[in-house]
Amino acid sequence: MRRTLAIAALLFAASAQAETPRDFLTRFEKEAGSTASAERGARFFTTKQGGDWSCASCHTERPTQAGRHARTDKPITPLAPAANAERFTDAAKVDKWFRRNCNDTLNRTCSAQEKADVMAWLLAQK
Amino acid sequence: MKNLVALPIMLAVLALPAHADNYSVPKNAAFEEECTSCHMAFPPQMLHADSWRAMMNGLSKHFGTDASLDEKRRAAITDFLVANAGGRKTGTTRDAAGKPLLRITETARFERKHREISAATFKRASIKSPANCTACHTQAATGNYSEHAVRIPK
Repeated sequence: MRRTLAIAALLFAASAQAETPRDFLTRFEKEAGSTASAERGARFFTTKQGGDWSCASCHTERPTQAGRHARTDKPITPLAPAANAERFTDAAKVDKWFRRNCNDTLNRTCSAQEKADVMAWLLAQK
Repeated sequence: MKNLVALPIMLAVLALPAHADNYSVPKNAAFEEECTSCHMAFPPQMLHADSWRAMMNGLSKHFGTDASLDEKRRAAITDFLVANAGGRKTGTTRDAAGKPLLRITETARFERKHREISAATFKRASIKSPANCTACHTQAATGNYSEHAVRIPK
């Protein structure tokens, strides 16, 4: 019995951790209640949305390339999953960075639709 | 007898002034992961504990950006910074009104150590800001801020 529980716990932990970039697109589309638009995501990503910076200010307009922090100049590894396998594989990190970066660029949280659109566009980058 | 032992130690210390500018950054996984996502690992010894506490209590407005953390991580990193914060060598890290400073570059020690560097030098494209230690302190990543390792880029 104890062993079954341990295996079940392990399986649960594994399923909770093993996330792929596409899982996030699915999650945000579900939360938004509508499908994503990569075209809308591109516009959102590359233009200012109320703050001094756009996403592209740090991540560049070609997120398959490395970027630089707009304030500190520290190099930032590519954001597009095709160019960086570590991106969008950890829900805690994804939520943390959307929280911070939406606040910095929009002075508010991002809607699920905005996040879905950005995900769709990032996934389209090859 | 005690003096005979103390003297060579004192001489040895005097012979190594570079050591005064050594700030080895203690290893801490949470500190490294969170703080160095956006900037270099500033040595905890460069500010006193009250400055670090003030910093870690205002992460949602961290020099103009949102650097907020979950409470568990925030508390763990605060503990690390406080445990390794500066001592007497650091000098005061409060402003004239007694408020803890948040910017290392505004501390008396930083200003004294950089009084020969003009504002224009700090603004060079190759340097950008006084907070960009590694631009001139070539060994800053390993905590070596000694004058011997300084190369000011054009």
